[in-house]
Amino acid sequence: MIAPADRLSIRLTVNGRIIEREISARRSLADFLREDLGLTGTHVGCEHGVCGACTVLVDGESARSCLLFAVQLDGATVTTIEGLTPPEGLSPLQQAFCAAHAMQCGFCTPGMIVATTELLRTNPAPSPGEIREALGGNLCMCTGYVNIVRAVAQAAAALRGGAEETS
Amino acid sequence: MELLAAADHDGKILAGGQSLVPMLNLRLVRPAVLIDLNGVPGLDHITPSPAGGLSIGALVRHAALAASAPVIERAPLLAEAARHVGHPAIRHRGTLGGSLAHADPAAELPAALVALDAELVLHGPRGSRTIRASDFFRGLMTTALAPDEILIEIHVPPHGPGWGFAEVVRRAGDFALAGVVALVGRRAGSSGRSESARLVGFGVGDRPARFVAAEEILTSAGGDPSAAVARVASAAAEASDPPEDVHASADYRRHLAAVLTEEAVSQALTRLDGARPA
Repeated sequence: MIAPADRLSIRLTVNGRIIEREISARRSLADFLREDLGLTGTHVGCEHGVCGACTVLVDGESARSCLLFAVQLDGATVTTIEGLTPPEGLSPLQQAFCAAHAMQCGFCTPGMIVATTELLRTNPAPSPGEIREALGGNLCMCTGYVNIVRAVAQAAAALRGGAEETS
Repeated sequence: MELLAAADHDGKILAGGQSLVPMLNLRLVRPAVLIDLNGVPGLDHITPSPAGGLSIGALVRHAALAASAPVIERAPLLAEAARHVGHPAIRHRGTLGGSLAHADPAAELPAALVALDAELVLHGPRGSRTIRASDFFRGLMTTALAPDEILIEIHVPPHGPGWGFAEVVRRAGDFALAGVVALVGRRAGSSGRSESARLVGFGVGDRPARFVAAEEILTSAGGDPSAAVARVASAAAEASDPPEDVHASADYRRHLAAVLTEEAVSQALTRLDGARPA
């Protein structure tokens, strides 16, 4: 009979790096990223899956890191906001967030960037309605949504290589 | 199964974790043992059955359900319901079996499966048993699952073209304030149209609520059932016993039950007309 385990070993890829650790079974992915790996770009807001600040990509798909146990990620590939940031400068989405003043306190921004990175991968030309729907799970408590939607539309246009006005 | 039995009523099954983990984080549930189903192979299949329906593993994620070609073809109502669950990040992890076993009365998928008259396969130390969706939901977050049983598979019969889905949410992806799913069918060989009907509300009671009186009004309406839609809608509102909370009053939810029944039934009748052989 298998006994319940308190500690387990995991091996996963985080932002392209292979990580092997022995961790507590109850450790959330969010805490593992922030406290064990020092990747503090992933923010922890509500800790129950409502605010979206802790959104990361798991095997390329967005997921709430506060709702996953790190031990469940054995063998998985995780990408955080740090992994979406180029070694030099900023990604087109990050640039657009700066240019469109799409952040106030900045707490929700990593989750917003992760969620919209996924959106633009699957839908390179989203309508404002589609952008709002994709961001339905990400709260901005400063309520700066108008500029966030504008930034995503601008980034989409930049990524398409067009000079379209999207304001 | 062995782990669950050994946990002696103090174990919880973890599937997608999109409802259970928030409850753990808030310390609303504190099981001694958590058993992760995700490592169990063979629970994430969507298999078309020879009878025209589908067998769906309990670990199928909402995103996979919504995007599955066989589901869209054979049970489009189920795909539509899956598209309305949560936000993208939640649909990537949350599972069909988890949503059913959690049994939130405001959830879309339980209502869709009651409307579809789906069968659920429960597995436990005494073997497997099959139960109809309408018998599975027993009350607020309460199901027919015994503490040592696991929901493993869902059998969905195919449905005809007459389906509708309507809900009201404050924000895309939230739990619905109220919602209604409708399945309207023709009796075989009949030239009329609404000869069978299943109307199920969610967010309007302690479990998915079949509006039986409303169904009867619709099926007895004869030649032009669209004329009866207003009466069907008020019967649905009467059958609703919605909760009252910070998001909406019970009266408002009852009003929504009527409006959404009208919307869902109209969708179903329109689709039925569109599919009608000339």
